[in-house]
Amino acid sequence: MEYKLSFKDYHKALMKNKLMGLKCKACGTITCPPQMSCRNCTGFDLEVVELTGKGKITTYTTIYVAPEGRENEAPYIIVLVELEEGPWIMGNLYDMDPARADLDLIGKPVELGTRIFPGDKYSDGPAARPVFRFTDGK
Amino acid sequence: MRKVAIVGTGHTDFVSDGPKTEVEMFCEAATEAMEEASVTPKDIQALYCGNVFGDFAEGQGMIQSYIANELGCHHIPATRFEGACASATLAIRDAFIWVASGFYDVVLVGGTEKATAMGTPLATRTFAMGSDGKYEFPAGITFPGFFALLANLYSANYDVPMERLREQMSMVSVQSHFYGTKNPHAQFKHKEVTAEQVSKGFMVASPLRLLDCCPFSDGAAALVVASEEKARELTDKPVYITGVGQASSPRLSAQAPFLPRIRAREVSVKQAYDMAGVGPQDIDLCELHDCFSIASLIAAENLGFAENGKAGELWEKGETKIGGKIPINISGGLKAKGHPIGATGASQACEVARQLRGDMDSEGRQVEGAKIGLVDTLGGDGIISNLVLQTNV
Ligand SMILES: [Zn+2]
Repeated sequence: MEYKLSFKDYHKALMKNKLMGLKCKACGTITCPPQMSCRNCTGFDLEVVELTGKGKITTYTTIYVAPEGRENEAPYIIVLVELEEGPWIMGNLYDMDPARADLDLIGKPVELGTRIFPGDKYSDGPAARPVFRFTDGK
Repeated sequence: MRKVAIVGTGHTDFVSDGPKTEVEMFCEAATEAMEEASVTPKDIQALYCGNVFGDFAEGQGMIQSYIANELGCHHIPATRFEGACASATLAIRDAFIWVASGFYDVVLVGGTEKATAMGTPLATRTFAMGSDGKYEFPAGITFPGFFALLANLYSANYDVPMERLREQMSMVSVQSHFYGTKNPHAQFKHKEVTAEQVSKGFMVASPLRLLDCCPFSDGAAALVVASEEKARELTDKPVYITGVGQASSPRLSAQAPFLPRIRAREVSVKQAYDMAGVGPQDIDLCELHDCFSIASLIAAENLGFAENGKAGELWEKGETKIGGKIPINISGGLKAKGHPIGATGASQACEVARQLRGDMDSEGRQVEGAKIGLVDTLGGDGIISNLVLQTNV
């Protein structure tokens, strides 16, 4: 069975600031990032849909010790965001000083932008990385 | 299914920058276990070995084949298990299944790892391979980062103010280091820490600081497991594996409906409890996967020792010490004993087996009268395996 939304296609769309997901024809659940089966009912009958990229922060951390080759990125903020359409995705928050991130971030509305992880010798090429900014302009 | 027992245990010192190779460390632990069990290489029918990053640390793959032959177990089937930090527990579960089924009578099982050979930057990179490489690593997630996300979520979801959670997490590390000083194999056997040292250490991934995190480690541990009939011939102190569980998880963000619970752990430990016919209230001691201080609290809740959001109270009240309601990580845990990831599950099982045999008096950390123990191991962002060990069957 053909993979509906491959990593490559998801990545290409994200590079154009479009967040793609999968809608289940059986139960209506949205799955994102993509996978073979519906995250709710395990059905395979999925269609590719564009998501708004809007959501709210559910948790965060500021990374001070980065993996090899990414030391110059630290410190940086990682967030989990609950999208309007339901799924959670992982991304970065570039809108504030990482040292000042605290629990007040949780619940804050955000919207999607994109940057790129150029890849390293283990990653089989680059990957678009979702980055978020505050929607209230704060 | 036949009953299966641990009849021999072996455990090297856990160290940083150790002088020995992964094969050498495994062979030392294995021969200790074989001596304890009075078995020779000819008695071993198969070898199951946890090993995660030998490829990166030593440029060595398929280590299991070399180990089997170095031990004199010429040409036996040898299999490597890779489930990140849970690798050796997966190996033990499979050893149990193959002996219980009657296919084998005696299996040598364990794990070995030389993580410190990679250095901190490469080790941080390789450990992050236990997260989703395509959809989550691009954001720069690290292993401390994964549990840091859960720590902040824990505080918010369960309404535990960060100041109090900070104190509870510090208590976890202080207790682990206290017992670590009593374990002659522990990486930090000479190091006690104070709550202030934990809460003031440098930040790794907020809110987790250096002493909230387990170290990178080198070491090995091994067990000989045997059928009940064979066990009776070999030892008068068999420790039975009465329940096993294993479960998988999706990438971290897709665990959303359950976080900060690790749902796979709840699934896995239920399998183990049900098979053994016991529940959390029956467990006399537990070695759980405290890769980070917050991970101990989450694990204690998922395993049924406390309600969600309440596990910190176990540490606050001293219930996790010897003499408490549920002694946890009396070995020093991953935090103070060390965490050579491919070996960790075998180390935990070795520790629980020795406690149940009553071997720990000489080290001043025996849980008196312990009959039922639980092993809990977490790999990456969600491979879980659990074992129930018992002497009273
Ligand atoms: Zn569905």
